[in-house]
Amino acid sequence: MSATVSIPTILRTHTGGEKQVKADGSTLQEVITDLEANHPGIKDRLVTDGALHRFVNVYVNDEDVRFAGGLDAQVPDGGTVTILPAVAGGR
Amino acid sequence: MLVIRADLVEEMVAHARRDHPREACGQLLGPEESDRPERYVPMTNADDAEARGSDYRFDSREQFAVHKQAMANDEEPVVVFHSHTRVPRRPLTDSGLPEAYPSVKDIEYMGLQPGVHFAIVALTGPDAEPDLRSFLLDDAGEVVEDEVQVVENYMFSHTGAADVPPVAALAPDVPDRS
Repeated sequence: MSATVSIPTILRTHTGGEKQVKADGSTLQEVITDLEANHPGIKDRLVTDGALHRFVNVYVNDEDVRFAGGLDAQVPDGGTVTILPAVAGGR
Repeated sequence: MLVIRADLVEEMVAHARRDHPREACGQLLGPEESDRPERYVPMTNADDAEARGSDYRFDSREQFAVHKQAMANDEEPVVVFHSHTRVPRRPLTDSGLPEAYPSVKDIEYMGLQPGVHFAIVALTGPDAEPDLRSFLLDDAGEVVEDEVQVVENYMFSHTGAADVPPVAALAPDVPDRS
């Protein structure tokens, strides 16, 4: 079960500058574990206290995983995982 | 420096006026690595602090849709925009305007997008005079004000060093928050 993971600029220091990398797993949790094995340090940028970090948005195919089970979201074989920086602010 | 077409500034300001007193937000896309904003994409403010009207967050699904479209067009976000709509409790500028300066929360999120200009339009009311400023994080993670040059079109804009007036002549004083 392999997925293509799209990496935002801010996290490419972990992937040697690559915009897209492959990772194995059938859930987002497993994909992130596999990412961490090949790109150490990336997990801490995505997950905090067992949940997705508020600074990132993660999408499996076209759906925001916050609406699809979070880290338990299913990742279909050949699917696409897209990571984007959250854009927010205010006083 | 942020060099930006006047019509794009007008679109941002018009959006800020429409949404006042809520914070408006959007992004300006341009060709990859061009540093040249070409089109304004207004974004839905999905922050749940609507009653306070003092925060913004891009709607994540809408952000993804814009991202996909941008990728297909070889575009990227050049500028992230939001408005500040409230007079601060503790005035930080002499102008009496809500200061167009990044908040602590703004700065946290700015760090996620290196190289992107963060434009803020401060607007005290829907018909008030807008105050546009732009900021970047430097390599040390410190906020630096980014001079804004508004041009009619990019073809005739001159941005070479010799054409740039001294920064002190254009950039308003940034309040010292250290």
